[in-house]
Amino acid sequence: MAFFFEVFVSGLMVGIMYSLVALGFSLIFKASNVFNMAQGAMSLFASLALYGFLEQFFHFPFWLAFLCTVGVMTIIAYVIVFVILKPLVARPPLMLFMATFGVMYLLEGFGQSIYGTQAKGLEIGIPDNVYEVVGILISSFDLFFAGIAAALVGGLAWFFQKTRNGRALRAVSDDHEAALSVGIPLLKAWYLTWVIAGVVATVAGVAWGTRIGVQFSLSLIALKALPILIIGGIDSIPGVIIAGLIVGAGENLGEVFIGPYVGGGIQTFFPYLMALVVLYFRPYGLFGKEIVERV
Amino acid sequence: MAIFPIPLDRWGFIFMLFLAFIVVPLFASEYLVTNIIIPFYCFALSAFGLNVLAGYAGQVSLGHAAFMAVGSYASFILYGRYGIPLIPSILGAGVIAAIVGTFFGLPSLRIKGFYLAISTLASQFLIEWIIVHWQWVSGGVFGTIEAPDMFIFGGAIDTYIKKYYLVLCMVILLMTFGKNLVRGQLGRNWMAIRDVDYAAEIIGVNLYRDKLIAFSVSTFYAGVAGSLITLCYVGVANIEEFNVMVSFALVGMIIIGGLGTILGSFLGAGFFVMLPIAINQGLGTFMEVVKPDILSNIEAIIFGGLIVFFLIVEPYGMARLWHTIKEKMRLWPFPY
Repeated sequence: MAFFFEVFVSGLMVGIMYSLVALGFSLIFKASNVFNMAQGAMSLFASLALYGFLEQFFHFPFWLAFLCTVGVMTIIAYVIVFVILKPLVARPPLMLFMATFGVMYLLEGFGQSIYGTQAKGLEIGIPDNVYEVVGILISSFDLFFAGIAAALVGGLAWFFQKTRNGRALRAVSDDHEAALSVGIPLLKAWYLTWVIAGVVATVAGVAWGTRIGVQFSLSLIALKALPILIIGGIDSIPGVIIAGLIVGAGENLGEVFIGPYVGGGIQTFFPYLMALVVLYFRPYGLFGKEIVERV
Repeated sequence: MAIFPIPLDRWGFIFMLFLAFIVVPLFASEYLVTNIIIPFYCFALSAFGLNVLAGYAGQVSLGHAAFMAVGSYASFILYGRYGIPLIPSILGAGVIAAIVGTFFGLPSLRIKGFYLAISTLASQFLIEWIIVHWQWVSGGVFGTIEAPDMFIFGGAIDTYIKKYYLVLCMVILLMTFGKNLVRGQLGRNWMAIRDVDYAAEIIGVNLYRDKLIAFSVSTFYAGVAGSLITLCYVGVANIEEFNVMVSFALVGMIIIGGLGTILGSFLGAGFFVMLPIAINQGLGTFMEVVKPDILSNIEAIIFGGLIVFFLIVEPYGMARLWHTIKEKMRLWPFPY
């Protein structure tokens, strides 16, 4: 039983990291109804930029490098919103979705041509000790990022509930036209959203970069985040976090306890199976609003 | 003749056929045929399959490469293991891919848009996993099987010219079929579903049936393309040949080429296949050896940049440019 809980808890920790990536998707979808395929590429680019500031081109201390990376992501958000999305405003959502495909290729291409394609180790000085809590081994590294994720979600909740800009973004996500008619500038709201998503992508990039190294596969972690969105409900931030935990724990338990019977390696699609089950019974996700148009 | 209502198109098509059947085999080198033209035809076929689904019926699939993989392995099993003649086993591979594809198209009856896109991604990962882990399908290690020697009516398909003709004939046959499909009742139903689905339902389009037909036709083309790629181009069935990046690239192809056009499928596929070679040639004049990582990065930048460019400037892709010329020709010489 202790083994079960250990697998369960380590799954939860991975799940938190997944939800960090999924959070960016959810934010952008809420504000602009765009499903941003480039979210993973944004994380990749952010972690590459951070590596560049920390070691490759400059030798900044971590806090300065992080701020610079956020600055870079702000510029990228500006370009995406005002150069790419602005001309596409009135087009069908599918077009915007496909435009983010282009952004994905662009970010991957530019990021890897500036910083190189080889995998890099990112070391930001987080101790990786292992503690034993009621018989379960937990690494301080995982705990640290769980804490960061919790702080991020708390901060976002505060931002959306209490600040003027946050309320404007919620208005935009409820109804574009109504928000425009009460005087909320749509493009500025989008820009703000993409900046926030860029910050979230940076945090996710740091987390995954320190864990598995800065390399192209960071971009593919976004694919793990997609089923999380389905399960949690794409427009619900708490839903995304909880679904991330469910997916992390589920895939870990599935791999350890079901995997050996079917040949292993089921982590790649197990989250999708869970998502399909959720889609069948609750197409709008466990916590989402019931706005999915039934066909 | 009804397929090509204006003479320019007709002559253009005949000219292209002349090029494809006579000029290419006579003058193109073996490298050009096996590494560029054959994959170009195969990807055009597959891109047309995705175009049926995304461009005509409006259902985006992000797992299309998986159905190519199904077709590729199915043709190996049918031809290599059970000795079914070559052409029936290629078409049979398409049918098997279509059956699998229709199954994975079932969620489209309940959901649409991004939700559907994600559920098709599920098919990508699930199929990849099944092929690698099901010994009966994948046969060898890591899901790789060697291609058997090919024969049609006792004649060996061994040289690159013969392989080229095999692929060319399949492409022309299937594209003609496809063209007639999309300009008939079924194609019009698909376009109605794409434009406004509930309006289509009101005027009497059977949504469920036609969406599933779109999935099966689309994955049939993907399956045939997959089997041709392995039989005539790569030579081994390898799951890595059909990973999720290929699925994404197919989406890029039909955007650049043109959503909802047949010409667009060719243009997009041609662009995708030629791009790395063009970059290689272009950079080759400046530096002696072009490193593969630089090559793939520049490729990604140009590919992404063009996707964005076409979506903003010309949402119907390269094919639209040709269409504009045609519109002018239809009225020529009096533009008004």
